[in-house]
Amino acid sequence: MRTFLQNRRAVAGAVILMLYLLMATIGPILVPLGGQAPEEAFQPPSWKHPLGTDYLGRDVLAQIVHGSRDVLFVAFLAAIFAIAIAISVGILAGFKGGVVDQALMTLVNMMLTIPHLPVMMILAAVFRVRDPFSFASILALWMWAGLARAVRSQVLSLRERDFIEAAKLLKLGSFHIIFKEILPNIVPYVAINFVSMMRGAIVSSVAIMFLGLAPFSATNWGMMLNMATIQTGAIYIPQALPYVLSPLLAIMLLQLGGYFFASGLEEIFNPRLRAHE
Amino acid sequence: MAIVFKRLALALLTVVVVALVTFIVIQNVPGDPLYEWAMDMVQTSGLDFETAYKIAAQMYGYNPHEPLLHRLSTYVKRLLRGELGYSMIYRTSVNRIIAKALPWTVFVVSISLLLSFSLGVMLGTVIAWKRRSLLDPLVTGYASFTAATPDYVTAMLLLLFFAINLRWFPSKGAYDIGIKPGFNLTFIGNVLHHAALPILSYTLEALGGWALAMKGSAVSVLGEDYIMAAKARGLKERRIVTAYLARNSILPLITGLAISFGGMFGGSILIETIFNYPGMGWFFSQALMRKDYGMMQGLFLLTITATILANFLADILYAKLDPRVRLER
Repeated sequence: MRTFLQNRRAVAGAVILMLYLLMATIGPILVPLGGQAPEEAFQPPSWKHPLGTDYLGRDVLAQIVHGSRDVLFVAFLAAIFAIAIAISVGILAGFKGGVVDQALMTLVNMMLTIPHLPVMMILAAVFRVRDPFSFASILALWMWAGLARAVRSQVLSLRERDFIEAAKLLKLGSFHIIFKEILPNIVPYVAINFVSMMRGAIVSSVAIMFLGLAPFSATNWGMMLNMATIQTGAIYIPQALPYVLSPLLAIMLLQLGGYFFASGLEEIFNPRLRAHE
Repeated sequence: MAIVFKRLALALLTVVVVALVTFIVIQNVPGDPLYEWAMDMVQTSGLDFETAYKIAAQMYGYNPHEPLLHRLSTYVKRLLRGELGYSMIYRTSVNRIIAKALPWTVFVVSISLLLSFSLGVMLGTVIAWKRRSLLDPLVTGYASFTAATPDYVTAMLLLLFFAINLRWFPSKGAYDIGIKPGFNLTFIGNVLHHAALPILSYTLEALGGWALAMKGSAVSVLGEDYIMAAKARGLKERRIVTAYLARNSILPLITGLAISFGGMFGGSILIETIFNYPGMGWFFSQALMRKDYGMMQGLFLLTITATILANFLADILYAKLDPRVRLER
């Protein structure tokens, strides 16, 4: 804990992430969405509308706040799904070895060479995503491969360790070895990857929503960008600047927070990196 | 040599699997993609629906009412002839669209890659050599900033400020409509003017990453004996840095170069859409947004194939360039 508090990057990242978490959980209660008021379109920032209004005179701040819930929820689900796949595949490959290992690693290598964003976009377009769960599944399907490979190599090195040998000699079943001996040892490693996974999921999901391919709610940041850029062309109106900048800055700050937190954590848990600094 | 064939086999297998899966996924699209097209033809040319539908199926490459295996064999036959499919919204072959779009994307992506790579390598070498300089935290900070900012956010910011607000750069097209394409200064100047912001977004985004990668690689090379030996022989600083340090540290980055070439094609979807730049990415996003499955499939297959081959070449090239690296497995 002390090492954590001493790491300024990790603390700054954690504070930013906490703010976003608050915004996504209690924000929507504090800031109601409000209705349309076309005569108040593209208002500059004011006390009534701290971030101005959009092309229909709706409050931008409220949309950002309500949108954060969507964006974070989808990214959270996607990261959970991807980690579940990565752990299962990684442990299966590392523990079973042989043909299973070879087949799974061939699959992993194939998935790693395919550029992810176009695939996710095609899947979202073809299957017409309408809810956060199917959207998160599409994202997760292309996010697990790298982590699975890392988990596999962790399992391979764990397998040679004494306590696993001992468990095998004691004739404890594979089930016990996997869940009681191996899994607890890779949890910290996976936990660090969780934030990075969510970061990746946010970048991809907003990109997909930007193109209007996952229209399950009208207020998330990607849909705001889609509306402003592609649907209405509001970005070409100078007064619309606060409206367009808001979702962009919201993504940027969240990404920075996630990046600082993840790289800070890595410094703390990876002593080699700390020695390097 | 056997390992090269194994890698090639994996690359080809990936292409085949991707092509097959895309085919099956797109075959299961809800609705009949040919219906609207045939109705259109009925209205414009006065054909009866049956004939119009047949013509549409002929041009599209296959008829959705035939059995799946039959459609697959037609698709494969067309692919082997180099025909990537037919676009519903442009009513032309995907090959023609690619012939128009690909040069722009390759142009922008390769200039950006060249710029960001060479600048990044230079910066990385300098900050590795002079660890205590002010430049080091500056570059590192910049790199973490860009690593955290998605490329489309950078592109949007550039568009908002430099194209819309300041009007320094155009926000649309690859060159002005009034200008005749040709090999003259006006045209080249106009093309560069239009490509400037897309190039800038890629370059700003990738620069920091290259600098950090180069720094990491150069720092480990600095610990090698031959650097110490070069210093002991009293070689000039400049020579040590260029001939010993940079040349050896650059090798591990070559793989990344090929991979990011493929990655930039993926990134080009949003960047080209944001700047309305008529490259592969722009057409791909049009296909996605307007549900043009033929064009989607064709552009996707080409992009994927190019990326996978680039990865394969990078692996081979790396082993050739650096004799210490042996391809494993």
